[in-house]
Amino acid sequence: METLFGITGKDFVITAYDSKAVASITLMKIGENKSRELNPHTLMLFSGEPGDGVHFSEYIERNIKLYGIRNGIELSPRAVASFARRELADSLRSRKPYSVNLLIAGFDVKTNKPSLYWLDHLASLADVPFAAHGYGAYYCLSLLDRYHREDITEEEGIKLLQKCVGELRNRMILNMPDFVAKVVNKDGIRIVQL
Amino acid sequence: MAGSYDRALTVFSPDGHLFQVDYALEAVRKGSCAVGVRGADVVVLGVEKKSVLKLQDERTVKKICMLDEHVCLAFAGLSADARVLINKARIECQSHRLTVEDSVSIEYITRYIAGVQQKYTQSGGVRPFGISTLIMGFDSDKVPKLYQTDPSGVYSAWKANSIGRSSKTVREFLEKNYKEDMNKAESIKLAIRSLLEVVQTGAKNIEIAIMGSDSIVQRLELAEIEAVVAEIEAENEKEKEKSKPSASQ
Repeated sequence: METLFGITGKDFVITAYDSKAVASITLMKIGENKSRELNPHTLMLFSGEPGDGVHFSEYIERNIKLYGIRNGIELSPRAVASFARRELADSLRSRKPYSVNLLIAGFDVKTNKPSLYWLDHLASLADVPFAAHGYGAYYCLSLLDRYHREDITEEEGIKLLQKCVGELRNRMILNMPDFVAKVVNKDGIRIVQL
Repeated sequence: MAGSYDRALTVFSPDGHLFQVDYALEAVRKGSCAVGVRGADVVVLGVEKKSVLKLQDERTVKKICMLDEHVCLAFAGLSADARVLINKARIECQSHRLTVEDSVSIEYITRYIAGVQQKYTQSGGVRPFGISTLIMGFDSDKVPKLYQTDPSGVYSAWKANSIGRSSKTVREFLEKNYKEDMNKAESIKLAIRSLLEVVQTGAKNIEIAIMGSDSIVQRLELAEIEAVVAEIEAENEKEKEKSKPSASQ
């Protein structure tokens, strides 16, 4: 199952997703993009039903963009997460709900604070210092409990993420391909090598 | 002649006029002037900013609006109608990106806006939008584009054009002074010079937006506009000096 990670630090959020696209027992593709940049300082990662993930995340992406153009200002990560949660909640109460789990990582340029939100397909929303989706969560949340501190630097954050990926390589029955890691900070969103 | 043929929009007059559309064009002619100039690798939009009333917050009155990151629009006419049309266009820009995963071309969004304006000339119970628009931007081919729409739903591409108050005067000025392949500075100067034909009060009532092939909109600060205005006035003075000696002869 697809694994997503998110870890906040002093002034950044680092996220990672496993880049494989799976169909039943076959590995369809490595290098799949499971993230969407909603605005210059907010990144959304999705997992779950493949078609639903892309459809939902692109819909959210376009609406956040529209808000930015209409109002000349980017929506804060908190507001973005609330909007996404609302859309998930409405979808849940429709004939066929979206089956997606999300991590929304953002840097609020007004308060200069990083934030991470955990959302699932039942429209739960949690503001958390670190989070994971998928089977990877079972192995790594305890690691993150043990080693995470609120004020870690970007370097320490990357090392912590490497620890998590290492644990998955050790203990998961499935082969773990390379994870793609992205950092969100005041300068925007960029890819980092794990 | 106008008589009973200007009530319902959907009725042609005997001589083939849609009077409501003509009257909408009148409303446009009452709006403040907007000018667009296309250079070699740049497009410039300029508008006449109405003097802000003393207690009004200047920042909330915007006449040059972004439709998407690479498309800009200026209008002349009824501001409220413009707000509605711009909102529809913004939604269409994002909707286009969602369905075809590509940004709109300038011609596409112009065609869409013109299509909306036309729809309101052929429906029951509605009146046409009382605005003409100037739409500028760059497509992925990096060629500058400038389009104009009007209340009838007609749209066309232009090298330079003006809409709104005294647009005829300004257009004649542009026709006389337009040169092919102008660079950024020359395009800005032409736009400001043509606006100064109608704007008596100078730089503080002019708003300018420029887009280069990088598709990033740059709005000029008041100081920059004043600098160009000063340059233009100095040139005008020199012209007057040159023509003076021969006049006294």
